[in-house]
Amino acid sequence: MMGALMGGVMQPVFRSNNRRFFLVAVVFLSLLGFVNCTKKGETGASAQADLEALLLGEFGTMTGPESTFGISTHRGIMMAVEEANAAGGIKGKPIKVISLDDQGRSDEAVTAVTKLVTQENVQLILGEVASSRSIAAAPVAQKYKVPMISPSSTNPRVTQVGDFIFRVCFIDPFQGKVMAKFAAQNLKMKTAAILRDIKSDYSVGLADFFAEDFQKMGGKIISDLSYSSGDADFKAQLTAIKLKKPDVLFIPGYYTEVGLIARQARELNYAGVLMGGDGWDSAKLTEIGGKAVVGGYFSSHYSPKSDKPVVQNFVSKYKEKYNGEVPNGLAAMGYDAARVAIAAALSSPTLAPTDLRDAVAKTKEFEGVTGVISLNDERNAVKPAVVLKVMASNDYEYVTTVNP
Amino acid sequence: MQALIQNLVNGLAQGSVYALVALGYTMVYGVLQFINFAHAEIFMLGAFGGIFVAGWLTNGEGSFLSLVLVTFGSMAFCTGVGLAVERIAYRPLRHAPRLNVLITAIGVSLLLQNLGILIFGADPRVFPAVIPTKALFDSQNLVINNIQILVIGTSAALMLGLHWLVRHTKLGMAMRAVSFDIETASLMGIPIDRVIAFTFAIGSALAGCAAVLYGLTYPKVDPLMGVIIGIKAFVAAVFGGIGSFVGAAVGGILMGLAETLVVYYVSSSFRDALAFGLLIVILLVKPTGLFGSMAKEKV
Repeated sequence: MMGALMGGVMQPVFRSNNRRFFLVAVVFLSLLGFVNCTKKGETGASAQADLEALLLGEFGTMTGPESTFGISTHRGIMMAVEEANAAGGIKGKPIKVISLDDQGRSDEAVTAVTKLVTQENVQLILGEVASSRSIAAAPVAQKYKVPMISPSSTNPRVTQVGDFIFRVCFIDPFQGKVMAKFAAQNLKMKTAAILRDIKSDYSVGLADFFAEDFQKMGGKIISDLSYSSGDADFKAQLTAIKLKKPDVLFIPGYYTEVGLIARQARELNYAGVLMGGDGWDSAKLTEIGGKAVVGGYFSSHYSPKSDKPVVQNFVSKYKEKYNGEVPNGLAAMGYDAARVAIAAALSSPTLAPTDLRDAVAKTKEFEGVTGVISLNDERNAVKPAVVLKVMASNDYEYVTTVNP
Repeated sequence: MQALIQNLVNGLAQGSVYALVALGYTMVYGVLQFINFAHAEIFMLGAFGGIFVAGWLTNGEGSFLSLVLVTFGSMAFCTGVGLAVERIAYRPLRHAPRLNVLITAIGVSLLLQNLGILIFGADPRVFPAVIPTKALFDSQNLVINNIQILVIGTSAALMLGLHWLVRHTKLGMAMRAVSFDIETASLMGIPIDRVIAFTFAIGSALAGCAAVLYGLTYPKVDPLMGVIIGIKAFVAAVFGGIGSFVGAAVGGILMGLAETLVVYYVSSSFRDALAFGLLIVILLVKPTGLFGSMAKEKV
């Protein structure tokens, strides 16, 4: 828009200074060429990367929207690495982590992974939470043959990028089925409406899988509408949905919008049950949504209230380290992803990225906080999901576990 | 039928906020003939200002008085920021080509966005429920709540107030004179620096009030929240005829209504496409907008 406004004005400015503009352009282009050369030199050096110590690269949204996801994951990863280093690291050498912020943008995610691989020479990459950003950045890892483990990107397309891309979480076909089954069988709901974020691969995928399974189980999807992440007003869609009176409103989005959607749905007197996926899993959900989200259900990677010793051990250590904050599913996934990576490094003959890839691919029956992790041929983890109910402010009740 | 009324009320509330922000664009354009892109960020800072004022008034939460204090606090804060931006970034460029000022405005906008991310963080904050949402009218398919009425009422009052100020006060007359011809106005003894500062102050105060109304309706506040609203309000101002007060008000309200109806009857994918499509059509068909007059090119 601004280009259109200024285009007409800018032209004469350059024309009147034609010669100077030309000079500037030449200097600029030659600088570009220079930068290009130095970059090539560095890529050449990456072949002789230090294979003695393990260097992990992490990329995530530390400052963008949904930044509680990036921060929680980062905390989980750092906890796993510190524990491993306290236990002697890899062959006596401490593990190092380089974390880059992608500001919640796909283009920045690509830049971050490129930098991690070509300049920092990391041997393994951990990231992203959001599927859109994992899908954007994974081809870079694949191209340079550096293994990438996504802690919690659930869209199926993430690991389809190539044989160097893994994940330690379940995928959306399963997550959609879990919520469809829960709605149709546990809650005995007959009709559902969907409000999906068309800008997010995660949301679109999860909405499709939920719809497919809910219909298979005898339910009916009576309304399927969309919004775009960043919107604040959903009243038009919700007015349309409310008129059809669905038993369930399925909102497979991120907490930033879900809170507002829930609020506006209740303001418009929608009385049905609200449901969603692991994108709800943030302390900010109840902060933004207030009373409106209470009573809603979402699928998650684990329940911090589980009495398994591995979970209790993780929760108490995390709380101690981070001012009593209860770790959400994404912190647990970050912790598990880093531990899978470290376990692979311990069993791998060398720390070369290709050897690490083979070691990660062999992960079987790994006892994680979020369940037993076994990677299948599609490099996805096959593991159970839990359904949580939103109680009060950042308090979730464990409802049920659904096995694959 | 009830669904249509519901959509009209929702759209009117949304449009009122656009209109208040659009007035800021149109006022600055009126006196200085450039688009103050930083206006969207002043709106954003107003929302944060509201959060902090509400934080200090912890005991008064939920009362009408605290709402008034939060609104005036936010308006005062925005006025301060608007004046500072004008003094620091725009006044030194008063005699520079307009393109320089326009680019400076984009720079200030980016600067404030990134300062916001640096200071407040990019994760959304919650705007406190200074007055709780209550349904005033509640039937099967039609719900009108107190916030919506508050938004529409306050905006209408502010726009009438502005109209009075511009048409019936000395300051308003000075503003109109400056917008008509800045050099002649200064020759006639009108203190143009002061008038321009006043214009920024009023526009920013309106943005501050709009931010509080917006925060009450959509209690999610983040440093990039101004971007989309700013663009929508800017398009609304162009649609109504940039430089025209009535145009900004009508443009904003039509924009809000059109968006809500498009999302309801067509698809949400067209929400943003509508705004930009409208901008292109307006620039092609009637570049002066609904209420704009032909710009007199100054020699």
